[in-house]
Amino acid sequence: MEAILSSNLKSGDIQALFVGNVLGDFSEGQGMVQSFAADEIGAKNIPASRFEGACASGTMAIRDAFMWVASGFYDMVIAGGVDTTSKMGTALGTRTFAMFTDGHYEYPSGLTFPGAFGMLTHQYSAKYNIPLARLKHQMALVSVQSHKYGQHNQLGQLRNEITIEDVLNSAMVTSPLQLYDCCPFSDGAAAVVLASEEMAKKLTDKPVYITGIGQASSGRFSSQKEFLPRLRARELSVKQAYDMAGIGPEEVDLCELHDCFSIASIIAAESLGFAEFGHGGELWEKGDADISGRIPINMSGGLKSKGHPIGATGASQVCDIVRQMRGTVEPQRQVDDVRIGLTDTLGGDGIICNLILKRGW
Amino acid sequence: MKPFEYKLTFKDFNASLRKNKLLALTCGSCGKHTCPPKLVCHECGSTDLESTALSGKGKIVTFTVSYVTALGREGEAPVLITMVELEEGPWILGNLVGIDPDRATMEALMGKPVRLARARMLPPDQYSGGKELKGGFARPTFSLD
Repeated sequence: MEAILSSNLKSGDIQALFVGNVLGDFSEGQGMVQSFAADEIGAKNIPASRFEGACASGTMAIRDAFMWVASGFYDMVIAGGVDTTSKMGTALGTRTFAMFTDGHYEYPSGLTFPGAFGMLTHQYSAKYNIPLARLKHQMALVSVQSHKYGQHNQLGQLRNEITIEDVLNSAMVTSPLQLYDCCPFSDGAAAVVLASEEMAKKLTDKPVYITGIGQASSGRFSSQKEFLPRLRARELSVKQAYDMAGIGPEEVDLCELHDCFSIASIIAAESLGFAEFGHGGELWEKGDADISGRIPINMSGGLKSKGHPIGATGASQVCDIVRQMRGTVEPQRQVDDVRIGLTDTLGGDGIICNLILKRGW
Repeated sequence: MKPFEYKLTFKDFNASLRKNKLLALTCGSCGKHTCPPKLVCHECGSTDLESTALSGKGKIVTFTVSYVTALGREGEAPVLITMVELEEGPWILGNLVGIDPDRATMEALMGKPVRLARARMLPPDQYSGGKELKGGFARPTFSLD
């Protein structure tokens, strides 16, 4: 409703709804949320679609909504996501998240999501010849920075500052990942209104344009043998987005990327073009990913501190970049003069979706 | 046209693994192997595939020791999960046995040769896909060579 009201719209103006929702069936016993959501907001009987791509679902919903509006089929829609995964508790939460591994060939061995990233951490350390102790220090810096800014996010979940020692002394989850290398289970929702350029200009003097989109997929973990620890789908997806927007990574002013685990940030930053392969951790070591660095990353607090309500995560990234552009986030985490922003979401090990946003004034 | 069928179904792969035999698909077009099986050759996309047995030998690509397990599997922790590159080429996810998970370090494991061991089993749960899993999942299980 906040998205509709702050856009000076009425529910009846919305022509279609696109929502990312992953685990509502398990956490709330609620399927088909799209239909009920449309009715709840008073947009009665409009076409409503649910997107499921694990943790990339919200971005998938926005990407699809964008394509429908860009095609001219609609000129005013709402897109976003919702999930309440903390309600399931750790055991069922871990079981349901593990459903995004291959249920026949990989889950039986005990693979979980943190497990996959624990394996990637060891492989990364060996492949790029970075001693595990140094890599773990870089990873701790990622979590520390997320909390440094996330503590100021009024909408965040874990709003406390943490130290490198806190990370390195936290409980072992799946070697070598410790508790503070991992994002929490979260409850949350986010939504944006997407309008045609003509309509947007009538509604606001501060429109934000989607100028690039990308999406790609991969198979089971072992099926990615040619590329791991790189995630090929991200490289393909972000290239689509950069090419469509006609820009390169050096033109991005702010990035919200998928830091489900600290190592995931390092791997993502490389694939998005912000660092050479094997050097992603240096962005945090040298302050390049910090608020006044070359490419500020996750000033929302990221999944680690802001939280990771999976179906909503991609939409919340978009909301935060829009607010950054409009200069309306908390001053402690406001980046100067954001003109171009990039979002990045990873569903399982397989679905990656990227959006490029451009300030329209 | 005949209905398209899997050359190696999960059911047959699983039944064979229970008997400690690792099956794969060998491609009549490029000669390479796909394991675990898919509908088409992983390497070239061909559907000209035959089910064959692999040696079960390989080396460790990476691993993790998981201390948090899913619902119904609480007694399993800590569990040592490994990705193995088989000598025939494919990678397969499985478990490593015969080593104390708390002593699993990169120095002890990365790149080390392994061979197929007696398959550990996982009983199905309510999300496991029904009757075809009666008897449970055979887990690719390896020990250090």
